[in-house]
Amino acid sequence: MIGLIHYLTVSAILFVTGVFGIFLNRKNLIIILMAIELILLSVNINLVAFSAYLHDLVGQVFAMFVLTVAAGEAAIGLAILVIYFRNRGTISVDDVNRMKG
Amino acid sequence: MIQILAFYLFAIVTIVSGILCVTARNPVHSVLWLILAFFNAAGLMVLVGAEFIAMLLVIVYVGAVAVLFLFVVMMLDIDFAELRSGFARYFPFGIALVALLAGEIIFAQSAWHEGGIQLSRAAPTPEGMSNIQALGLLIYTRYLYIFEGAGLVLLVALIGAIVLTHRKRGDVRTQKIAEQNMRRPEDAIRNTQPPVGQGVEL
Repeated sequence: MIGLIHYLTVSAILFVTGVFGIFLNRKNLIIILMAIELILLSVNINLVAFSAYLHDLVGQVFAMFVLTVAAGEAAIGLAILVIYFRNRGTISVDDVNRMKG
Repeated sequence: MIQILAFYLFAIVTIVSGILCVTARNPVHSVLWLILAFFNAAGLMVLVGAEFIAMLLVIVYVGAVAVLFLFVVMMLDIDFAELRSGFARYFPFGIALVALLAGEIIFAQSAWHEGGIQLSRAAPTPEGMSNIQALGLLIYTRYLYIFEGAGLVLLVALIGAIVLTHRKRGDVRTQKIAEQNMRRPEDAIRNTQPPVGQGVEL
């Protein structure tokens, strides 16, 4: 019998995979963006699983909004990546010091 | 029985392709693993009765986001080997940190689950209504403003991406519509009466 706990476990493993990806590829900005997508996917699985568990459709509505934000984030992130690469010729995160922050 | 098999199939493929996505040597392979992970996550969502979100996942993530990633990876000429330096150095510490985090999360939710609430098997959709119908009823009534806000987020992302990546190029000749519309016949046409045997001075 598959329960809520199974879904939450899958989601947790996917979440930490995303965190691991950010940790491991800390130079490659594209892989970092993909790892963020994985993290948002795990959040969506969580929301949908709880929606089924609680008999409440609002979880799926929120999963949809998370999906929207994830799509926007990917578009803007990749646009910034492209102009950064055009100006600097690299996407190494270590070299990102233009704003002297 | 088949549900359990399907769950384990989707879950294992999702997790394995997620791990391969973040560890793949070639970023193109990485994107392809990401697409596989999205497909199987959609399968997971279908299993609990969230068909609309599953289809949205396939359309938005696989159809739009993953293809965008693929385009960017292929378009930019990046030395990926150089970017992977430090991979081995971060690996053991990263594994330890992530194992700790995963153990904590799974332990916490197991403990929470022992609280005694049974998982209901039915989907949260009301009787006699499909998943999409029920979602539409919610989105267009109670969550209308948030829904409009989501549309606004997408619009801002669209315009922002165009504004960020658009560049004025100096080496191409573009159409100047205002100048074309301001042109009068007197400026453009000149009547001459050249004598016989002589040409026209231009």
